[in-house]
Amino acid sequence: MVKDPKPYFLYLENVHKAYGDKMVLDDIDLAVSKGEFCTLVGPSGCGKSTLFRLILGQERPISGSIMVGGKPVGYPNPERGIVYQKYPLYPHLSVLDNVLLGPRFSTGIFERYSRRKEMRDEAMEYLKRVGLENHKDKYPHELSGGMQQRVAIVQALIMKPKILMMDEPFGALDPSTRENLQIFTLEIWEEFKMTVFFVTHDLEEAVFLGTRVLALSQYYSDGRGNNFGRGSKIVFDVALARRVNATAVKDLPEFRGLIQQIRQDAFDPVHFQHVTRFNLKHPDSFQTLTEEERKDL
Amino acid sequence: MKRAAWFWGLHAEPPKWLKVVLTLLPFIILIAIYLIASHIRLLDNPDDKFLPSPTKMVESVYRMAFTEDQRTGKYLMLEDTIVSLKRLGTGLSLAAVFGLLLGLNMGLFPGMKALLLPFNIFLAIIPPLAVLPVLFIVFGVDELVKVVLVFIGTSFVIAISILRTAEKIPREQITKALTLGASQLGVVYRVALPQMMPVLINAVRLSMGAAWLFLIAAEAIASTDGLGYRIYLVRRFLAMDIIIPYVLWITFLGYAMDWILKKFVSRKYPWYQVAEV
Repeated sequence: MVKDPKPYFLYLENVHKAYGDKMVLDDIDLAVSKGEFCTLVGPSGCGKSTLFRLILGQERPISGSIMVGGKPVGYPNPERGIVYQKYPLYPHLSVLDNVLLGPRFSTGIFERYSRRKEMRDEAMEYLKRVGLENHKDKYPHELSGGMQQRVAIVQALIMKPKILMMDEPFGALDPSTRENLQIFTLEIWEEFKMTVFFVTHDLEEAVFLGTRVLALSQYYSDGRGNNFGRGSKIVFDVALARRVNATAVKDLPEFRGLIQQIRQDAFDPVHFQHVTRFNLKHPDSFQTLTEEERKDL
Repeated sequence: MKRAAWFWGLHAEPPKWLKVVLTLLPFIILIAIYLIASHIRLLDNPDDKFLPSPTKMVESVYRMAFTEDQRTGKYLMLEDTIVSLKRLGTGLSLAAVFGLLLGLNMGLFPGMKALLLPFNIFLAIIPPLAVLPVLFIVFGVDELVKVVLVFIGTSFVIAISILRTAEKIPREQITKALTLGASQLGVVYRVALPQMMPVLINAVRLSMGAAWLFLIAAEAIASTDGLGYRIYLVRRFLAMDIIIPYVLWITFLGYAMDWILKKFVSRKYPWYQVAEV
């Protein structure tokens, strides 16, 4: 059952990706509405980052269609902002210049001169928002990992992207910094009303942040037998109610239960769930399976 | 626990004063050997030219550097230095600009790399001195050919070292620049190029030795002035009293330029942190 791609901001149908003989993504179907905070988890090597790069336009799928904002995906452009775990900032630019890079790139040479004060003030506003206005003249290597990520988020935000793509942005941070940044990310998501696509390997983070949690996994079975060496599918897709932005929810039993369930469905290398029985309760979720795949052996 | 060794072994920790002594030691030994050998030879034959005494060298330097030449009315050593540095500087600067643009474009555009890299490596391997006769025929024997030789001898090597660094610019940085609204040329010239500057300066520092080599070779073969020309000219009279100070002077110039560039990098590009070369 194929969906109408029109109402969705992000729409993938029947997407396959392979590197040489190795199939990484096998038939990804995904429809994401505007304003959704999507988190994507999965065991290492399942192709999370590959899917990320496909949506970004950095790589092309071998088949299938990817639509962003109603148009087929192109090369990376300012519609999609990104925050990476590694290389968050440009090492040769000061904090302020890093934030100003986007506005400077997207203005002509005269405008860049005539509006320089305005642009600078705007960048400073954003830096104040993350409490780094006093660090504006420092170079990235003089900042801590958490500060660098905050600047990186601001650097992407100032371009007001329609979708913010984050690839394990907090993976290298210590737990308390990480929690602060999670809360910060939720705050700006609410404030800017944008769509977020957040890749992480941390289940707790995924469930805490997302309004929609997706799990990608190579551990499943279908009519072609148990899956060995085939690409990953989306095996888990549920909607989560947005709660208060308090880390206390992480201790609730429902929260832990959900994590347990995803762990079993996606991360357990001996637990093979059949494609027709995936937990895909999210209303936007859909599957384009072949007859052969549907067969229950 | 036993104190760490001062000198021997993997764990040695030479104290500061010892480091100074160790730095100076080889120089002192060399000078001492020279002075002794020179003294012995001069005892034997006061007119010996092979190992002139320091006094003789100072006299010669005074004559070359601080007295006007009778024939031309110029201070020869100053004149030689200016002429040589001009050639070296022009050749190296052109090589740096050329190497930067070539290396950067090869490093970032896969098409450019496929087109130019194998050819570039081919050109880099041709020994510049072997084609010097061709250069003399094509560019004449004036200033141009010396600059061209220095340029050829260094530019391809600089291009390759820029290429290797440009290739290592993380893909993420480039993708991110595109999401910030950069054009493809914006990525090359506003994201990658500024990051290449300290690398370029260090590549120039490393090429300096080759540049001097080619300059002196060209001056020795076809020139009427320059440091290399002077050394080869006075060699005919076995004027070691001029050759030795000139060699020391060239060494000093090379060291000074290297030091200035090194300081420039650490002052101007504080974000560029590599082990000091």
